[in-house]
Amino acid sequence: MGNLTKPEIEQLAEHLENAELQQLEVVKITDDFPHMDYEDAFDIQWEIRRRKESRGNKIVGMKMGLTSWAKMKQMGVENPCYGFLADYFSRPDGGEVKHDELIHPKIEAELAFVTKQPLKGPGVNIADVLRATDFVMPAVEVIDSRYKDFKFDLKSVIADNSSSTRFFTGGRMADVADLDLKNIGVVMEINGEVVETGAGAAVLGHPAASVAMLANMLSERGEELPAGSFVMIGAITAAVQVNKGDSFIVRYQDLGTVSGKFV
Amino acid sequence: MNKDSIEQCADVLYGAIKSQSTVKPLTETHPDISIDDAYSISLRIVEKRVADGERIVGKKIGVTSKAVMNMLKVGQPDFGFLTDKMVYSQGQDMPISEQLIQARAEGELAFILKKDLCGPGITSADVLAATDYVMPCIEVVDSRIEDWRIKIEDTVADNASCGLLLLGDSAVDPREVDMSTCGMVVEKNGAIISTGAGAAVMGSPVNAVAWLANTLGEYGIALKAGEVILSGSMVPLEPVQAGDHLRVSIGGVGSASVRFV
Repeated sequence: MGNLTKPEIEQLAEHLENAELQQLEVVKITDDFPHMDYEDAFDIQWEIRRRKESRGNKIVGMKMGLTSWAKMKQMGVENPCYGFLADYFSRPDGGEVKHDELIHPKIEAELAFVTKQPLKGPGVNIADVLRATDFVMPAVEVIDSRYKDFKFDLKSVIADNSSSTRFFTGGRMADVADLDLKNIGVVMEINGEVVETGAGAAVLGHPAASVAMLANMLSERGEELPAGSFVMIGAITAAVQVNKGDSFIVRYQDLGTVSGKFV
Repeated sequence: MNKDSIEQCADVLYGAIKSQSTVKPLTETHPDISIDDAYSISLRIVEKRVADGERIVGKKIGVTSKAVMNMLKVGQPDFGFLTDKMVYSQGQDMPISEQLIQARAEGELAFILKKDLCGPGITSADVLAATDYVMPCIEVVDSRIEDWRIKIEDTVADNASCGLLLLGDSAVDPREVDMSTCGMVVEKNGAIISTGAGAAVMGSPVNAVAWLANTLGEYGIALKAGEVILSGSMVPLEPVQAGDHLRVSIGGVGSASVRFV
């Protein structure tokens, strides 16, 4: 049961979406609404989603956030969070993001799962995810918290659509049966310099565990992942700040590369 | 440093290895020590080990990651020598409590050579052509310098802080794996503690081996067919003690696991 009223949820959704659309830094919303709970936080996120859909935006996928143990420990939380991806977030391999449209973007190397069967929690496990997966492909997420200096708590970040803002997809698609998802390596380079390396297990021990957790979290609201869903699993590497003029390339073991620019 | 000081430092460090004790940093007791002096000390220790019956079976590269280079304020790696006494294989326990002082584990690729490599002029293509196969490897580094208070000259003189190593469960042809993007996962006592990829080592472990061949060429030393070459850690160092279990897996290569006793 949430503690906020419907008008409060709507007001906070408008506040956070305006911050996104107008590149405004705001303070974390739990400062003014300390009694809000996790259900309220997700209600705000789903209200932002409803606002976008009502304006004609399509929701093209979902993402998991805070999926590494290091990040969860840093935040003092035991659970990751999720967010949605709107059509205008998407960038192709080699594409550009206008830095001025964002506040203080960072990039993360991820993988995306595309499903061919629905996943409905609770009780979804890694095997269910692997069976329901059509293919896996590389993805790079751009995150941009609307909170000043990325200072937030878990409830505030959930309400802020888990800092989602843009994402690049590219590289090569592959069947899960042909990949060693736990050990798959990624190398992130910015302006030609290696800045981060990691492997799939950095995400909850196995990338498919992240998709399973998403399906189970969605089931708490009676939602599911329909067949054809695009799901980004969360960061394999630390998030790295990018500046105007930067270009990046992320190289994936056996999956090719994803590159892009901030202009 | 003069020859006598080098000999004296070699005796002190070799004594520390044998007695499992630590000494003060050479950079404090001998502030005039240069990198060349440090390598001279390291070479003298190897000669002493060989004279005592150990056999050189390979070389190791250290200080390959940016983080460690920054810590030691250097722009390049270092190297040490591997003897038969240091090498363990998958399935064996590693007796760090009776052999090492302040053990730290790392994960890397071991290159097994089928041709000699002698610099200068060794390229990454030469390294690939000379590599018989690569194996997953756990290296346990150790420092004979108290509390790991090392500067680059200290670790160079101390055989690049070499301790013991364990070769894993598979050997893979270098043409089967992209050594720059291959991922690494390290689990300690069942928990994942770090991940990385080959590019953390000078862009690729292959580059590290080429660097070693070219650098050793300056000292007239070759990497020899049949030798084991440790290319440097893809992940941060992890302190370990008797009772710990460590597992390192490398995408497309295999894994190495060990129980420390």
